[in-house]
Amino acid sequence: MEIFNIVIAGVGGQGVLLASKVLSESALASGMDVKQNEVHGMAQRGGSVISFVRIGDEVFSPVVIPGTADILISFEPLEALRYAHYLKPGGMLVYNKVTINPSTVASGLSVYPADVEEQIAGVCPEAHGIDALSIARTAGNDKAVNMVMVGAVMKKLPINAEVVEGVVRAVSKDKGVDVNLRALKGGAEA
Amino acid sequence: MKKIISGNEAIALSFGDSGGVFASGYPGTPSTETLEEVARLGEVYCEWAPNEKVALESAIGASIAGGRTLATMKHVGVNVAADALLTLNHTGVNAGLILMVADDPGMHSSQNEQDSRNYAKFAKIPMLDPSNSQEAYDFVRDSFEISEQFDTPVMLRTTTRISHAKGVVEQKEKIAQKIGPWVKDVPKYVMLPNYGKIKHVEIEARLLKLAEFAETTPLNRIEMGDTSLGIITSGVAYQHVKEAYPNASILKLGLVHPLPERKIREFAAQVGRLMIVEELDAIFEEQIRAKGIRVDIGKDKISFCGEVNADIIRAAAGDAVSESAPPVAALPQRPPIFCPGCAHRGLFSILSKLKVFVSGDIGCYTLGALPPMSAMHSTICMGASISAAHGMAKVNEIAGRTEKPVAVIGDSTFFHSGITGLLSMAYNKGNALVIIMDNRTTGMTGGQENPGSGRVLQGQPAQQVDIMALVKVLGIENVVELNAYNLAETEAAIRKGLETPGTYVLIDKNPCILRYRIKQPVVTVDPEKCTGCRACLKAACVALGLGTAAAGQKQKVQVDHNVCNGCGVCVQLCKFDAMSAVNGGN
Repeated sequence: MEIFNIVIAGVGGQGVLLASKVLSESALASGMDVKQNEVHGMAQRGGSVISFVRIGDEVFSPVVIPGTADILISFEPLEALRYAHYLKPGGMLVYNKVTINPSTVASGLSVYPADVEEQIAGVCPEAHGIDALSIARTAGNDKAVNMVMVGAVMKKLPINAEVVEGVVRAVSKDKGVDVNLRALKGGAEA
Repeated sequence: MKKIISGNEAIALSFGDSGGVFASGYPGTPSTETLEEVARLGEVYCEWAPNEKVALESAIGASIAGGRTLATMKHVGVNVAADALLTLNHTGVNAGLILMVADDPGMHSSQNEQDSRNYAKFAKIPMLDPSNSQEAYDFVRDSFEISEQFDTPVMLRTTTRISHAKGVVEQKEKIAQKIGPWVKDVPKYVMLPNYGKIKHVEIEARLLKLAEFAETTPLNRIEMGDTSLGIITSGVAYQHVKEAYPNASILKLGLVHPLPERKIREFAAQVGRLMIVEELDAIFEEQIRAKGIRVDIGKDKISFCGEVNADIIRAAAGDAVSESAPPVAALPQRPPIFCPGCAHRGLFSILSKLKVFVSGDIGCYTLGALPPMSAMHSTICMGASISAAHGMAKVNEIAGRTEKPVAVIGDSTFFHSGITGLLSMAYNKGNALVIIMDNRTTGMTGGQENPGSGRVLQGQPAQQVDIMALVKVLGIENVVELNAYNLAETEAAIRKGLETPGTYVLIDKNPCILRYRIKQPVVTVDPEKCTGCRACLKAACVALGLGTAAAGQKQKVQVDHNVCNGCGVCVQLCKFDAMSAVNGGN
């Protein structure tokens, strides 16, 4: 198969890394080669986070180049816009509509674009926005936004949904299994 | 069994599987998780050292005592450990010794962008450069074998995209720990000039033997394909090359120092255009050109700065690159910032207000340099805050200036190399205010233990250094505890420190809220009292934001209760009593 490039964007603390892990482990469990890469360190401090998951028969570089992503999953609208140029022509964009202020906005140095969703539609007319926070809350935990986002793209991946569910079961802590599976399902139905 | 792990995890796993006995290091992105993973695996002894020099020296001792050892650090850490390294290359080893160094091309989380391959050349020792997690795993074992066979330390170099990228790894059969004899050998381990001279001759001979080894080792391999383009590369750059030119001929170097001259000549003779793809410095290119071998594409086309990727390589070779829309312009930036609830926010609110010169250091508090605080005016390297402030104060004194510099340093950085700066300040009649932000963890790298945290790497209780007593014992009389959450108290304390002649030390002991998972009651805003003056926004807290304005009114401040962690800095910045911490906050 051709290499399938996934870019996951968000804000430090949103669980981008766990979502990346679920996708990578799912690819491995499906018998594919996989490379996953994100830059961390300063990212924990509320900064912009970007993670790459590349799957295929044999994957070389761990890095996705702008213009080549099959799918961009963004946990926040502004970050969707920031990394939209990673999408290849016709690539899919799925984003969480719930905004998080960057520190530059919180401190009054810049303004959060009020028309962020219109701008997203402008660069990617097929973009699909969901309220991942509400879905996560209904599932039982605000922090399950990452599983909602994985659920939202699950059917668009070259991986079986059952495999993803199995990985979510395996990586979730005891009490979190049911919440995460509900979040995954909620995302898939959104 | 196959698993997906990062390069750092692979090195740790392989260290345990390759008979490793002792590991030491100092946290530094992107190297940190290596030692944490050794600890998590729980099979081999490991520890955090206060700095990289201590880590490497302890590793040397462990090797002399007969145990295979690993020292881990980021690229700039090797500068700190270089004193030990540049004599360790003379003594050689007893049991195998690996110095793992993680470079950070692109400076994702570093203050500079140095290429550690220079150190292997400088120290005349072998260096291995893995290109994925599997090689990171395999090369640990190879490094031990080379170290013991050639009686040399071996540098194992990663970059951010190796350390933090995850790939599939297959574990090998485990080698049992085997601890060799602890032997007294004066000419080998005592580097007096007369012994050192002999060792220098041996180093040169060893390097020739290693160069011969480089010709035949499978670590260096030629992948012959289309011969119109031949590429010499190593590390993660190899993966980018394969991405760009899956059918090109490639000389992949796993052992990147010393270079296999005959193999390079043989390869160069078989290809049309010869291209060298290396991140950062022209280490291969300079050496290859110096041997009189023609290089067609190299650093004239690929930058010395930052990372490479497949498109950069294609462009350098004159081929088309991926087409992409331009990034959306003029978006608000999202830089990292102090966590909600962090005590640094209180300190930097006041430093910003007082407009003093802040001599900064390496840690979360370096973020105090960013707007709107903009309250840090120099940051050089680990520990430099105090020593640099001392130099500033001396020149100010000579120039007749009365302004006193303020040094800000965290606990881990203070232990790393701030203590000696403070000792100098005390000894040389310094005149600066030093603020030690003791949050009981190595914060920026993710919350590692240190000599002040009361726990060792594995989490067990440890001796906890008393920073206040330590400062006093250096001979500094003015040492005062600070509570940076209380702005009025902090301002008064800093003013007193600035007015009092001589060295003055303030110590804040509020723990890191992230590391210790501290949750504080959230702040609420009374919209009737909020005037929309935005004074609170100077706290630079992501929990704060402006709501939509009613007709004819200013936007009023809102607090995101999912994010707020109740430090109360915004409450104190409010001049209209519009904000309050539920249950009192701090």
